[in-house]
Formats: sequence, C-alpha cells, structure tokens
Amino acid sequence: MKPNKLWAWIVFGIGAAYFLVPLIATFEFSLKMRRGYYSFDSYASVFSDPRFQTTFGYSTLIGLFAIVVGILVVVPAVYFVRLRLPHLRPLMEFITLLPLIIPAIVLVYGYIRLYNSSSIIPFTGSALGTDVLLTCAYVTLALPYMYRAVDTGMRAIDIKTLTEAAQIMGADTARIITSIILPNILVAVLSGAFLTFAIVIGEFTIASLLNRPAFGPYLQNIGANRAYEPSALAIISFIITWGAMGMIQLLARFAPRTSARTD
Amino acid sequence: MSDEHFLRVENLTKTYGTTTVVKGVSFDFAKGEFISLLGPSGCGKTTILRMIAGFETPSRGSITVDGENITAIPPNQRRLGMVFQAYALFPNLNVGDNIAFGLKVAGIGRDERRTRVEEMLKLIGLPGYDKRFPYELSGGQQQRVALARAIAPRPRLLLLDEPLSALDAKIRVSLRQEIRAIQRELGITTVFVTHDQEEALSISDRIVVMNAGDIEQLGTPHDIYNRPATRFAATFVGQLNTLPARISDAAAGQANLGGRTITLPGLPSGIVNGAEIGLAIRPEMLSPVPRAESDISLDGTIHDVSFLGSVVRLRVDLQGTMVNVDTFNDQSAVPPSRGDAVAVHMASRDLMILPR
Ligand SMILES: Nc1ncnc2c1ncn2[C@@H]1O[C@H](COP(=O)(O)OP(=O)(O)OP(=O)(O)O)[C@@H](O)[C@H]1O
Ligand SMILES: [Mg+2]
Repeated sequence: MKPNKLWAWIVFGIGAAYFLVPLIATFEFSLKMRRGYYSFDSYASVFSDPRFQTTFGYSTLIGLFAIVVGILVVVPAVYFVRLRLPHLRPLMEFITLLPLIIPAIVLVYGYIRLYNSSSIIPFTGSALGTDVLLTCAYVTLALPYMYRAVDTGMRAIDIKTLTEAAQIMGADTARIITSIILPNILVAVLSGAFLTFAIVIGEFTIASLLNRPAFGPYLQNIGANRAYEPSALAIISFIITWGAMGMIQLLARFAPRTSARTD
Repeated sequence: MSDEHFLRVENLTKTYGTTTVVKGVSFDFAKGEFISLLGPSGCGKTTILRMIAGFETPSRGSITVDGENITAIPPNQRRLGMVFQAYALFPNLNVGDNIAFGLKVAGIGRDERRTRVEEMLKLIGLPGYDKRFPYELSGGQQQRVALARAIAPRPRLLLLDEPLSALDAKIRVSLRQEIRAIQRELGITTVFVTHDQEEALSISDRIVVMNAGDIEQLGTPHDIYNRPATRFAATFVGQLNTLPARISDAAAGQANLGGRTITLPGLPSGIVNGAEIGLAIRPEMLSPVPRAESDISLDGTIHDVSFLGSVVRLRVDLQGTMVNVDTFNDQSAVPPSRGDAVAVHMASRDLMILPR
C-alpha cells in the first residue's frame, strides 16, 4: 500500500469513528434496559407510549403540510424567476439563505410579537391558528433546502424551450407547470420534501415556544426524565432522518433523461 | 382572398433598447407555400419567427394569418405549430403522449387522439414507436417526433427554426426532403428558418434572403440563384466568381475584361466610362471547353483540382484572379491536373454586373 493511501485510510477511519462510536454506544446503551442482558425493552416502552404516537403523528402531519405549502410557493417562484426575471436570481438566492442566518429563536419571537392574540392577525389565539403559524415557520426553515433542490431540478431541463413548445400547442401556464415542469423536476421536488420532513420531525425551538405537541419537545421531555428511552428515541430519529436521505439518493435514479443526439 | 394572402407580415419591426434587429419587414404568402427565411447569423430570422409565434412582441407592424390579425394574441391562442432547433420533446412523456399533447390541450377525446397519433407516426415513418421515451431515440427520430407533435393539432401555420442544424450532415439532407414531402402532403403553410443556402434552395417554394434585419430579395430559388437582386444576395446564395472589369464605352455597353473588349447586356444607367465594375458568374457557367453560347474566352492556369463527386471543381488563375470552374465528372476523360494551361469559356449574357 502506498503511504499516501495509508494516510487516507487513517483519516477516513478517524472520521468514521467520530460518527460511529457515539452512535454505537447510544445503540448499545438503549439495549440495556434490563439488567444483565440486551433487550429491545426501551423501544417497546417508547412505541407503547401514547405521547410518542400523538406527537409523532402531529409532527408528521405538520411536516406534510409544510411540504405541500413549500412546493406551492417555491416551484412557481423559481419557474417565473428563471423564465421571466432572471436578473432577480441573486436576490432570490439571498432571501432563501436568510433562514440559515437568522436563528430559529429570533424567528419565533418575531412571530409571537407579530401574531400574538392581541395583534391584528392573532394566529396564536387559537390552536389551529398556531398550527398554521408553525407550518409557515417550517416552510421558512426548509426554504434554503427546498429552493436549492427545485432550482437544481429546473437547471437540468431547458424550461424556456419546453414552456414555449407547450405554449404554441395551446397550453396555459397552469397546465405547463403541472403537466410539463413539475413532472420533470419531481425527483428534485421530492428530495426537497424529504429534507423538509427531516428538519420538521426533530425541530424543537419553534414547536416548544409556540407550545405545540410536536415530536421535538417530546424528545426533549423524555430526555430530561428517563434513562434508556432517550437513547432508543435518538436511534429512532436517526433512522428516520437517514431513511429520508436514503430516499433522496434512491430517487436520483429516476431523474428525467434527455439526450442531445445528432444522429 | 385570404388564400392568396394567407400569411401577411407588414412593416414588422423589433427594437431591443437602441438597436433595431428587424427593420420594417413585409411579406405576403399564399396558403400551402413553403417559405424559407435565409440569412447569416444574427440577421433577425429567429426574431421574425418568434414574433410570428408570439414569443416576442413586435415594436411595430402587424402579422395576419388567414385574414385574422394575430399581432396581439398570446402564443397559446394562435393555433400555430413550431419545431425547435433543440428538439424540445417533453422528457417525461413518451412519444405517443408527446404527439398527443396538443390534441389533449384542445380537448380532443381519447380515441381520436390515439387514431391521430398512429396516423402521425406512420406519416413520419416511426410506426409502433409510441411507447418509447425521447431519450431512447436518435436525434433525427426525435426531430421527426417533434414535427409530428407540431402538426398533429392541424395548426394554421408551421414554424421551423433551424430544425436540422443539430443533426449530422447526412440526416440533415434526408430529413429536409422528408419534411418537404410531409409539408406537400398536408398542404400546410410553412416558414422555415435557416442559414444554409443549399437547404433553402433545395426545399423552398420561395425564399426571403435577409441581411441585417432587412429583406435583400424575395423570390423563388431559381430567381434568387440566377437573378440575384443585390450584391449581398448574389454572394450569399451559391458560389460566385467575381472578375474585375473596366467600362470602356458606357453608351455602347462595352467593357474591358482581361485585355479584351466585351459587350455587356443591360448595363445599369449611371455608369460612366472608366468605372471599375465586378462581373459575377456562377462556377457552372464557366467551362474549360467552348459551348454554343460562349462568346468570351480567357486564358489561365489550373491552380487546384478538387473532386466533389458528380462535380469536379477547378480553381483557375486567370491572370491574377482566382475563379472556380465547375465541370461534370466524366469517367472516360483524363482529369485535368495542376499547372495545366486552360482556356475558360463563358457567355456574356451569364455575367452579372455588380457595382464595386
Ligand atoms: N433578447 C434580446 N435582447 C437583445 N438583443 C437580442 C435579443 N434577441 C436577439 N437579439 C439580437 O438580435 C439580432 C438577431 O437575432 P436573431 O436571433 O433573430 O438572429 P438569427 O438570424 O436567428 O441568427 P442565427 O442564425 O444565429 O440564429 C442579433 O444581433 C441578436 O444579438
Ligand atoms: Mg436563429
């Protein structure tokens, strides 16, 4: 083995250990609920907790809404900016990066000030209103990822020519977006959707400060009060997040194919 | 009346900022004509086509199709068909659904759509290809599908923007004949944009020769090739030799060409004695052997011989002026070789006078 290759392996090994050792240790600990031998008791305990089911269900639902709203906002916006206002793209890049720069805590305090029950738009006055606000907050948090996923998807196809080809055959804008643009960027949109889901499912700050029964605050609560279940939950969240990422990888195989052949 | 003036473009102008790229162009075509817009890169061909399609708004002027002024109508209500240079098939749809797209938009029922798709596939010579996806087709096949997709909804006008330029030379030639045959069969009025003069000459009913946003000449391929109206049209379309000459007697129509006095038919007015002129002549009008109509002969040396297949092109040095002489290939004759002395014969009536 060449020495430089050896060094590459050593660096890789250290990196891998950095990620894997805590993971393995957590997993090992989560199996130790019974004294003396390994068992999945902590997992059984987590899954049978009704609060696990309700909070996980709640966060999944909010996540789905956030995905739908995110797609409805981002896809037409990216499409029109690319097609008609390309000079606005740098501005769009900047705006979609803001959620990465502004901490969630700032965002949520802003929301509470702006939409509290004594304001003109009292979103936080009712549970449903707060759910809507939480969904919007998650759309914002996921914006950097959704925007980039959709933008990459649209870069891969010639949206101008495809739009014109559909237009000259009589199609209107709604039909062009739904039957030509969206199907061709579906893989990109889905990867944005999985990223959104991965963000929403474990989010703590906003859900907690808006006092909604989401999965993130539940995780925190269990972590503060139990011994083995937090490790089990950590492993479960890890699997969900990686499952979402794995789906993105898998979907990339189904991206639309074009061919500029000359024969 | 509208069949004679099926496509009417009047004073069409397009200005981007301070530059005018289409300068008040007008033309008028009959139903079923195959028209080519021919000109060098950047002369405004695509801009004119896109204004007809509705993708660009004219700064001035009007476009009328079948008696209807469409200048202000959005592209999706113009009922036109268009084929793009970059194929532009919808990657998510198979061939059948691509062709059926316009029919579906028009609200045509499923069964009729299927019949029409089959008809179209037969017309373009790809029967049974409806379940294939665009990436599974060669470039030529993709472009044929794009053509089928454009004509399936029976548009009033078919617009083609350099549909062949992304293809290899051989397919380019066969596909252009195919496009022409399909166009004839359907009788669909077609505007074809190209910068390839051979392409335009070979398939058009009429050609619009353009330069810098203006029409240089509009006519049949025969007219344009044999009676170019401007110097630009003469040099852009086909090969052309230019021989320098000097007017010796304007009144008698006489000029001095390589030391001989020749008589020119139809000398334009305003040319004075001693004026330098260019005499243009096509390579196939020059001959190394005298022909019945030949009345001028000039001596020269063969500089180069290129064998082009059915044509053998001689590059001849006529006392300092290089000219191309095209002769038909003759299997029984000994081919001429470099350095041979040759007499080049021509008829004065074939000479075109170009002001210098
Ligand atoms: N959106 C635009 N803004 C400014 N100038 C433009 C625009 N579109 C085209 N032009 C200019 O208009 C002129 C004509 O362009 P056009 O595309 O019609 O040429 P063309 O004859 O089709 O050339 P080609 O053979 O290269 O396709 C060009 O000089 C081009 O730079
Ligand atoms: Mg062009």
